[in-house]
Amino acid sequence: MSIDMEMEEILNLFFEESFEGLNAMESGLLTLEDATDKECINTIFRAAHSIKGGAGTFGFMEISGFTHSVETLLDEMRNGARGVTPDAVQVLLQSVDVIREMIQSAQAKQPIVMTGANALSGELARVLAQKGTPAPASASAGAPGGHAPSAPAPTAVVAAPPVAAAAPAISTPQPAKRESSPTNGVLEGWRIDFVPDPSLFKTCNDPMRIFDELANLGPLEVSAQVDKVPSLGDLDPTQCFMSWTLTLRAAAEHARVAEVFDWVDASSKITYEPIYGSGAAIVAAAVKPAADVPQATAQRGTVQRVAPPAEAPASAPAAKASGESGSLRVATEKVDALINLVGELVITQSMLGRFAEKYEPEDVESLRRSLAQLTRNTRELQESVMQIRMLPIGFSFNRFPRLVHDLSRKLGKKVELKLTGENTELDKTVLEKIGDPLVHLVRNALDHGLEAPAQRLAAGKSDTGTLELNAFHEGGSIIIEVKDDGAGLNKERILAKARERGLVDQDANLSDDAIYNLIFVAGFSTAETISDVSGRGVGMDVVRRNINDLGGHVQIFSTAGKGSTIRIRLPLTLAILEGQVLRVGKEIYVASLVSIIETVQSTRENLSCVAGRTELFRHRTDYLPIIRLHDLFGIEPDSRDIADGLLVVLEAEGRRVAMLVDELLAQQQVVIKSLETNFKQVPGLAGATIHGDGTVALILDVPGLIRTFLERQSMQMGRAA
Amino acid sequence: MSAQDLIAKATEVVKAAPTRGGETHQYLSFFLGGEEYATDILTVQEIKGWDTVTRVPYSPDYILGVINLRGSIVPVVDLRVRFALEKAVFDSATVVIVVHVAGTRGERIVGIVVDAVSDVYTVPSENIQPPPDVMGSVDHMFVVGLANLDNKLLIILDIERLVISSVLGDDKAAA
Repeated sequence: MSIDMEMEEILNLFFEESFEGLNAMESGLLTLEDATDKECINTIFRAAHSIKGGAGTFGFMEISGFTHSVETLLDEMRNGARGVTPDAVQVLLQSVDVIREMIQSAQAKQPIVMTGANALSGELARVLAQKGTPAPASASAGAPGGHAPSAPAPTAVVAAPPVAAAAPAISTPQPAKRESSPTNGVLEGWRIDFVPDPSLFKTCNDPMRIFDELANLGPLEVSAQVDKVPSLGDLDPTQCFMSWTLTLRAAAEHARVAEVFDWVDASSKITYEPIYGSGAAIVAAAVKPAADVPQATAQRGTVQRVAPPAEAPASAPAAKASGESGSLRVATEKVDALINLVGELVITQSMLGRFAEKYEPEDVESLRRSLAQLTRNTRELQESVMQIRMLPIGFSFNRFPRLVHDLSRKLGKKVELKLTGENTELDKTVLEKIGDPLVHLVRNALDHGLEAPAQRLAAGKSDTGTLELNAFHEGGSIIIEVKDDGAGLNKERILAKARERGLVDQDANLSDDAIYNLIFVAGFSTAETISDVSGRGVGMDVVRRNINDLGGHVQIFSTAGKGSTIRIRLPLTLAILEGQVLRVGKEIYVASLVSIIETVQSTRENLSCVAGRTELFRHRTDYLPIIRLHDLFGIEPDSRDIADGLLVVLEAEGRRVAMLVDELLAQQQVVIKSLETNFKQVPGLAGATIHGDGTVALILDVPGLIRTFLERQSMQMGRAA
Repeated sequence: MSAQDLIAKATEVVKAAPTRGGETHQYLSFFLGGEEYATDILTVQEIKGWDTVTRVPYSPDYILGVINLRGSIVPVVDLRVRFALEKAVFDSATVVIVVHVAGTRGERIVGIVVDAVSDVYTVPSENIQPPPDVMGSVDHMFVVGLANLDNKLLIILDIERLVISSVLGDDKAAA
């Protein structure tokens, strides 16, 4: 493996870990709102710190610079120097978005966009300036993110007053230099006091490497202070008792020097003193009036607050899509289970191999046993391999606490989010594609479903609305429910709106289900005002289309005043289908079990005919059009009499039909193969599968079938008219 | 022609080829309604016996259906029907030539049913004549040229164009 490839791999690891870190920060910040938990702040801080360090190592100075400001704020919270205010949490949450965006652009190998960071660093500076926090923090926060952090050790701020005093000047070296240079000549080097934390070695940091790195910049003198080192008997070799004074004779930028200490600067006391022309070290702290710093940042704050970081979340998904990798993170247990199964398979194979060498008629029983074992092994192996692609839906649910938090704030509603069944597993592809539809549904529930607190109280409900996201397995499918206890769907309004738009006839009498299904029609919205949250009527049709594309379907349940539930049923995987095998004449087809409501044998009384053409079947209270599959596909059936065959009641895209077939055969899992790879797309077919005997059976595309049928009918109607 | 004759002849053809000069190609020839057709051997993936096909609705009559070729779903074209020849009864001698062709959406694998596979010929390109405008039953757009080998006429097909137009059910797609 080349160095480049290795580097690329490490870089990818950094991105992956950074995104995990950001998620941890986000969820930490959301819990922080309610309770000030020390451990929680520590977790957030650690995540931010790793991102900063990693970004610095890989040369993403913009990221490490911005993250450093965030870290400063977090550090003050951690030390108790500042309380946890909703304001600060909000800014930190926005910072998480900005950092995520920056890492995404770094991942996409694009130049890092600084607009978000620049805008937000003003906000950060403002928050930092509140409560009269020490100047150094606000100064470094104000550093416009473009370069490496001019890192004053955050702990130093509270730990050592003299160090803190030195920090402000160093953290903004350019102004300091400008002020001092006229009298003291040009920058010649740096004197650095490096007092590491005793745990330095435990964090895998080697001072020698740091010194080597510094020596690359120019001649370096190192003197060590060993006075704190205890006698040999008391010495703990894992602790670092030494400190160093380093003199670097190189006119390096401060950022360049500070970068070397990036990994250790949070846990160590480091002071940097510039050395100017005369060779004497200037104690720069005195040169720079501390009052300048808040002033400068305040200015920056006002300027940058003009541009709110509004684009940040919008551009994020696009960047994410391009950076999507085809890799899977698989739990070790799953891989171990596979290895075990392969082991068993090898044993079974050797058992079977024995029969080939020498076969005695009395062996037939043990041959049969071995074959049964092979069957079981194969099935288990198949299941385990499928398991590898299965991920918990929690990956998709994770984004909702943040989304609900932000939206409820924006809409002025009180919302409690309940997530259940996060560990329900589904196929990676399905998981990736279900995210956006779910976001639509949650936004809709928040905007249209849940009422404002005042309305809720007036309706005799608690002022806090509840939004539930629930996932569970049912049969061969996964069910995802989005449930709110809001006002419910307003049937009258939906119907009125649909009539106004000419979507339904003025005098049409529609069932509840039919009315609810109207909200899936493109361009339909009953919201009185269009907000940027929802109401444009774009969305629900996309939701349904996406879900149908995945082979699933949506149902709506709603009670006025009590709330609504949107229930999504999806197949667990796209590679394997729970199929019902059916026969028409001599041909065999497979229909997805998910789309089959039931199968009935019809009596003649249940059948009727409209206009001599459209045949209808009375199914309970509904009249369903009958699709004769043999007519549609041109097959010679056993019998053309509906009463001789079976009617399979199918549902797709909110429409139900009854399909006439000759016989139902087995229900079985089938592997979906593409027809398009070597052939072409065929209307009414979703693909093909291979039977146990090696022949091919075609898989019906139920929504497509219904569409094809309706098109044909309207064409016939047109001809008849 | 016995197998030994075939080998002897093939050796002779291979030996003779370089001395004639110019570029040579190898062609697989097959019979279809008494005529001998040929395709560039590089397009042929394998030759297999006739097996049951699964009919696909809404397909033209020359698409017999699809078969399972080691896990891939592969369409099968009946070349007799495609060329409007008399329909033959499929038996154990009927063979499917599996060809792979480069389409606009990547490589496709398609089976073509012929009466029998005949021979492999090495034909120098100067021996191939352009097809006459009128070609009888075979649409001349699918013919690359004619080769005269020992008083035998070999019709060389543009299998790529033929297969793509057949599979997509659109003659214009190939034109």
